[in-house]
Amino acid sequence: MGLKEKLESGGFAVTAELAPPKGTDTTRLVECAKAIKGRVDAVNLTDFQSAVVRVSSLGAAILIKQQGLEPVMQITGRDRNRIAIQGELLSAAAVGIKNILALTGDHPVFGDNKQAKPVFELDSVNILETATCLMQGKDLAGNPLNGTPEFYLGASVTPHYDPIELQIIKMEKKIKAGAKFFQTQAIYDIQDMKRLKEMTLHLDVKILAGIIPLKSAGMAEYMNKNVPGIYVPEHIIQKLRNSQDKVKEGLKIAAELINQLKDGKLCDGVHIMAIGAEENVPLLLDMCGF
Amino acid sequence: MIITKQKPLEEILKMLKDVQNIYITGCSLCATSCMTGGEKQILEMKERLEKEGKKITGYVVLDPSCHKLQARATLKKQKNELEKADAILCMACGDGAQTVSSIVDEIPVYPANDTLFIGEIERMGHFAEKCRACGECELGWTSGICPMTQCAKGLLNGPCGGAKDGKCEVNTENDCAWILIYERLKKAGKLEQLKQIKPPKDHSKTLHPMKITVSR
Repeated sequence: MGLKEKLESGGFAVTAELAPPKGTDTTRLVECAKAIKGRVDAVNLTDFQSAVVRVSSLGAAILIKQQGLEPVMQITGRDRNRIAIQGELLSAAAVGIKNILALTGDHPVFGDNKQAKPVFELDSVNILETATCLMQGKDLAGNPLNGTPEFYLGASVTPHYDPIELQIIKMEKKIKAGAKFFQTQAIYDIQDMKRLKEMTLHLDVKILAGIIPLKSAGMAEYMNKNVPGIYVPEHIIQKLRNSQDKVKEGLKIAAELINQLKDGKLCDGVHIMAIGAEENVPLLLDMCGF
Repeated sequence: MIITKQKPLEEILKMLKDVQNIYITGCSLCATSCMTGGEKQILEMKERLEKEGKKITGYVVLDPSCHKLQARATLKKQKNELEKADAILCMACGDGAQTVSSIVDEIPVYPANDTLFIGEIERMGHFAEKCRACGECELGWTSGICPMTQCAKGLLNGPCGGAKDGKCEVNTENDCAWILIYERLKKAGKLEQLKQIKPPKDHSKTLHPMKITVSR
């Protein structure tokens, strides 16, 4: 069963994020993929995440597909104009990649090629509209396509955001533009998901809660200070401070949260972003009983 | 206003390294306000260049440097000073420098300034970018705040997830334009205006270089 079928049939979906390699050595990517094969519904391949030069999300999605896993190809508007975005989407469809996650993209100043020209011709809403347009057999300019792609479109939302109403308005636009599922920014406070759930009751959409397992108290403090949209409550940081094995404790905290989310029916699945510690994902899956 | 910043003197000297006799032009409008091309700055530049052994054959504050007819008439009266010059150092914006260059095409024109943006004077010496000259003004539905300029990514359909405490992640000194727009529209009871999907800009309407003729 694919991601779409799992979500549409009311199942609790699990996706995990893998970062394409910086360079041509795909060993780690392939190993991490193999380790979660059959245990997750799909794998997200990031699109030059943090504006860092890497193998593209399309390239990595093809590699993942070759390993027998279902990819979610992330695509941002940061590096490509509408011609390139349409080409990338068509290329994905041509090799059988259906799941697309449309994002705005981090600004190049956060990356490792800071001198790059930021494109941002299409934002996340426009990318979704573009994909929807392609699915109707035409390009953005109305020209007919020879062969029509089929996509399952996704987008992101930040539950810990002030004012949250602004996130909901954008979410509604993304749904109007074709988004069927959302993967959220990482959450740690269950209240953030409860609030999002309440505010999206009117929306016909599937939401996968973002999970980043913590590796130390310092990591939590760093994210609270520097990463927009991420908030780790103090009682969680305290747990990490008091623990011997921080990584294991971080995974335990993540597993508890996942179980709470699942039992409380607060989301339709979870999206695990291990950011550099992908080898720990199978452990987390074990802890959750997935 | 076109906001300019004077190039470092070393860069100016590098451009002028094979030049001995220099004529300087300034501009009465934007560059004067930016303190990069008024009479005061011209005289300072004259002194600095003379210290480097250059000869200044003359100078003028064009009124303004981007007005081709005015600039031509003014420079015509400077014929003698210009004839003695091997180069013109233009202390205006990139437009002003090109206007001068098109009038005095036998003398090379060098820019003393870098042209940065269209902006406003917040107070003396403080300039802020306000318009990207996108060709289709969006201010009508955004409560007078330009998302093309004030949002670091120029987004038209609302914010990215990157705001923290209402500040932009790209430059935390800046407010998130979309939060400002949201707050203003909410106060005015016009949040509906945010809900409409904005298509991407039509870049075929702004092919460069643009030129327009307005009938009188």
